[in-house]
Amino acid sequence: MASYIKTNYMDPMALVTPAIGLVFWTSVVFILLIFILKKFAWKPILDSVDKRNKNIEDALQSAENAKKEMENLTADNEKILAEAKAQRDLILKEAREMKESLIKDAKEKATLEAEKIMDDTREQIHNQKMKAITELKNQVADLSIEIAEKIIKSELKDKQAQKKLVVDAMQDKDLN
Amino acid sequence: MTHNKNKLAALIFLFLCPLVSFSGDPKPLNEGEIYNPVPAIMHHIADSHEWHLWGEGKKSVSIPLPLILFCDGKLDIFFSSKFHHGKKNVKIEDREYALDHGHLVEVNNKEFVDLSITKNVASMLLSVMVLLLLFVGAARKSNKDKAPKGLLSFLEPLVLFVRDDIVKPNIGHGYKKYVPYLLTLFFFILVNNLLGLIPAAANLTGNIAVTLVLSFITLIVTNLSGNKTYWGHIFNPPGVPLALMPIMIPIEIVGIFTKPFALMIRLFANISAGHIIIMSLISLIFMAQSGLGNAGAFGVAPVSVLFVLFMYFIEVLVAFLQAYIFTLLTSLFIGLATVEHH
Repeated sequence: MASYIKTNYMDPMALVTPAIGLVFWTSVVFILLIFILKKFAWKPILDSVDKRNKNIEDALQSAENAKKEMENLTADNEKILAEAKAQRDLILKEAREMKESLIKDAKEKATLEAEKIMDDTREQIHNQKMKAITELKNQVADLSIEIAEKIIKSELKDKQAQKKLVVDAMQDKDLN
Repeated sequence: MTHNKNKLAALIFLFLCPLVSFSGDPKPLNEGEIYNPVPAIMHHIADSHEWHLWGEGKKSVSIPLPLILFCDGKLDIFFSSKFHHGKKNVKIEDREYALDHGHLVEVNNKEFVDLSITKNVASMLLSVMVLLLLFVGAARKSNKDKAPKGLLSFLEPLVLFVRDDIVKPNIGHGYKKYVPYLLTLFFFILVNNLLGLIPAAANLTGNIAVTLVLSFITLIVTNLSGNKTYWGHIFNPPGVPLALMPIMIPIEIVGIFTKPFALMIRLFANISAGHIIIMSLISLIFMAQSGLGNAGAFGVAPVSVLFVLFMYFIEVLVAFLQAYIFTLLTSLFIGLATVEHH
């Protein structure tokens, strides 16, 4: 029958018995490693990661701010545009009103002026007419007197004729 | 700059492998004997004074590692190649060292402290180099104005994952001062777990000494961070009748130690078990060969390789998972110790 060779191999208890040398070297190496890696690896790596994170956060924040500012600007622009439009409308309305009132005023004035001119003209015509009538009256009177004189001069050679002439004349000429 | 770096790497490499040695004697199996995989597996799981790469007996190739020993107040430093794979003893003055199946002994039973650069220590130094190259290299390229590129774009999300999804939610307020420790812990465990998966590599995170140190640091950090509420819960558990205090207080005190103890066992057992399973599956081929001959080996090999491949995927997952769990639980313990009274 097959059998295992009897070989001297280490005591299994040795597996769970810590060797002083390895304990010593592990302690020294591991503690030194903590300090070396802390200074030359963990600190630089983590610092740059944290700084990078902060930079990214800042960049995102400033992008957000810029976006908000842009929105504000757009809103402002719209507001200004709306104001400008309102103002334009107002100005146009005012101008239209002014135009209308100007035209109305002008029309009224013109009418008044025209009426005044007409009145003046009418008055003047009346005056001129009256003047002419007066003049005509005077001329008629003068003419009458002249005629009368001439008649009187020619007729008034006898008393009879004179009298008859006056009477006839008076009958013929009906003066108003 | 890069030139100097290369020089430094070359120097360290030279320091780690002054010479590659070949030796050892193969023990051929006798008729009717079945290959026993336990020694090879135990050898792989355990620490060693030389870094065995491949081969058995005379054809074995390994990197000698320096031994640093304190004995009788004297410091002895020599390379493991002097042992000639355990066949020769090393004698320095009146001290004689011998390797007994990978276990270092002093022939005259003198007490000594072994601070050698073992396979695990060398592997740990290698992992430190990997960590420094990866993270210090990546950190030098980190830029606050640009998106991460290349290596950094892979490592940065991992670092942020540890900080934002493990440390921050579990510790809460005041988490920042623990971040360097917990990041180092996570990547130290992760890199060593992954390095351990490379064939011929060390089983560092599956060594109880390493997990002991890591969990001991967790214990220290947790209890040094403990605030009034934390200690209040231990020495005056709220809502516990006075009669139960003599039972509850010791339980709470034991609880301080069981939490990191569980961390130590969990990492050690998970990583070691993974290595043992992969080694066992590969050993099936050799067992079949010794029991059923070459045909048996060829028959078992495809199945075994498929299973090993499957296990490797699982082990990669476990490498991440165990680093995650260790860091998560350490964060949680610190969080529990620092939570404000509610």
